[in-house]
Amino acid sequence: MSQHLSKTNKLKEFLHLLLSHPMGFFGVIIITIFFIMAIFAPFLGTVDPAASGEVDNLLMPPSSQFWFGTDDLARDIWSQTIYGSRISLTIGFVAALITVFSGTFIGLIAGYYGKFLDEVLMRIVDFFMMLPELPLMIVLAAVLGPSMWNIILVVSLVSWPTTARVVRSQVLSLKERPFVESSRCIGASNFQLMFAEILPNVVPLMFAQAVLMITEAIYAEAVLSFLGLGDPISISWGMMLHSVFESGVISESYWWVIPPIVSIVTLIVSFSLLGTAVSDVLEPGYKEKKGY
Amino acid sequence: MALIDVENLKLYFMTRRGPAKAVDNIGFSIEKKKTLGLIGESGCGKTTTAMSLMKFIKPPGKIVGGSIRFLGKDIVPMADEEIRQLRGKEISIVRQEAQNALNPVLTIGKQITEMILEHESVSRETALARAKKQLNLVGISDQRINSYPHEFSGGMKQRAMAAIATACNPKFLILDEPTTGLDVVVQRQILVMLRNLKEELSLTAVFISHDLSVVAETCDRVAVMYAGKIMEESDTVSLYQNPLHPYSKALIGAYPSLKGARRQLKSIPGAPPSLIDPPPGCRFAPRCEWAQSVCDEEPAINVIEGRRVACHFVNE
Repeated sequence: MSQHLSKTNKLKEFLHLLLSHPMGFFGVIIITIFFIMAIFAPFLGTVDPAASGEVDNLLMPPSSQFWFGTDDLARDIWSQTIYGSRISLTIGFVAALITVFSGTFIGLIAGYYGKFLDEVLMRIVDFFMMLPELPLMIVLAAVLGPSMWNIILVVSLVSWPTTARVVRSQVLSLKERPFVESSRCIGASNFQLMFAEILPNVVPLMFAQAVLMITEAIYAEAVLSFLGLGDPISISWGMMLHSVFESGVISESYWWVIPPIVSIVTLIVSFSLLGTAVSDVLEPGYKEKKGY
Repeated sequence: MALIDVENLKLYFMTRRGPAKAVDNIGFSIEKKKTLGLIGESGCGKTTTAMSLMKFIKPPGKIVGGSIRFLGKDIVPMADEEIRQLRGKEISIVRQEAQNALNPVLTIGKQITEMILEHESVSRETALARAKKQLNLVGISDQRINSYPHEFSGGMKQRAMAAIATACNPKFLILDEPTTGLDVVVQRQILVMLRNLKEELSLTAVFISHDLSVVAETCDRVAVMYAGKIMEESDTVSLYQNPLHPYSKALIGAYPSLKGARRQLKSIPGAPPSLIDPPPGCRFAPRCEWAQSVCDEEPAINVIEGRRVACHFVNE
């Protein structure tokens, strides 16, 4: 009986529903694997990914000693791939968190209050939406020095407006729904209407946006690092692609190109799968439709 | 002493073609623990009147005159924040669109406790215990406290709405067609539930409906509205047995009855007048079969045996 569930049981039920959703299942499995890679990187048969090796080991193809081969500085590509997941996941999650929370907050306020405040906030949104990502990144890298945090900053700066707009349009329609009016009728304050009545209805959207933002941030990191705008000391998948491109041996060293590309694509796809599954499962009535 | 006392209330909708006089100079009062029924055709101002009792009026609607005294205090000049705190706490409402009036993503328990916590400074546990009591009061098992609205039937949703509306023990309850859209069996259950609720909480109520039989069953007094004015206000029994105003007669005549001889139902010819440019004098005159030239003048309110009737010919 679903009526008697406590909070922890609700979470269990949610996870159960998510894992029985085929997309959710694959998404969760793959993302978990990447998380394990990131957390237990030092224990996964890796060496220091930044340390250059012996001259004899330059550009070695995959072998039993170097599982994924080595690059032009004789660094182990297997280790780089594993450690690279740390950067991608961190950037993805931090940027998504900042973006979704600030975007939702602004969208909620703008949509709920409407009128003048909405106009002002939406013009600000337009301004940030139009900021050119790459030039901004180049400028920031020049001013602040290239680092992971600058990538997060730039990704957040240019992506929160998308969330704000999506949430705002949803709130515009939600606030006209009878349940909002009837709560207002029995004395709910603006604060309560916004955060207790309307916000819970936006949560599935927030999840969908969060997943979108994670994929976008991972993608942005890869692009920016590839263009040489990332942190040159950090090991990331984008940096690996940058190095292989710079080295000039890209056509001969497939083992150096494939791991970062496959990693980026797999991680992004699995987040998309998870996103679809989460918004499906959070839809009211999903449980009943599936016969629970 | 009357709990709520409305005098000369005027509520106009400021349209581009001029003010639409949706509620025009009406007055009534409701004694404690009594129920007043508001009946009339669609668009005659029943709901507008009810919403004005909690000053819940959206632009272009505007109260342009009169007073609404709740426990002796006029709510018309009150500031938004002051009246907001009265809503739900002192004056509450059960609305007609119960099917959509519950938040689809919050459990019913959450919705009741939110309501309590908004108006009173009690702990979450106390609020939750009260929410359970509230559910029992409206005839829903408190085991359903973690259910979502889509797991409820139509009648249960209406019960849940009543549970939310009365969670803070209001003194005055507005029932805006609470049984509309429900089948007769469920209607019956809801009416019984509301009656119990009223007794349990010593509620004073105003009951809006276009269903005359429902009003007959639930109300102590009834006000018949037409085109923004009260035509007749009377105790329920006298009104149904001997309607005095021509419009009350016509309205009751247009309603089928199970008892008595079979008869042809009489409809009222014509349509309600424009509220922007209403007829001078009695607003029902253009459709009234007894209308004469004197009806172009505003009729005085005649008091006959405690009944108030706005018609020139009521004494004849």
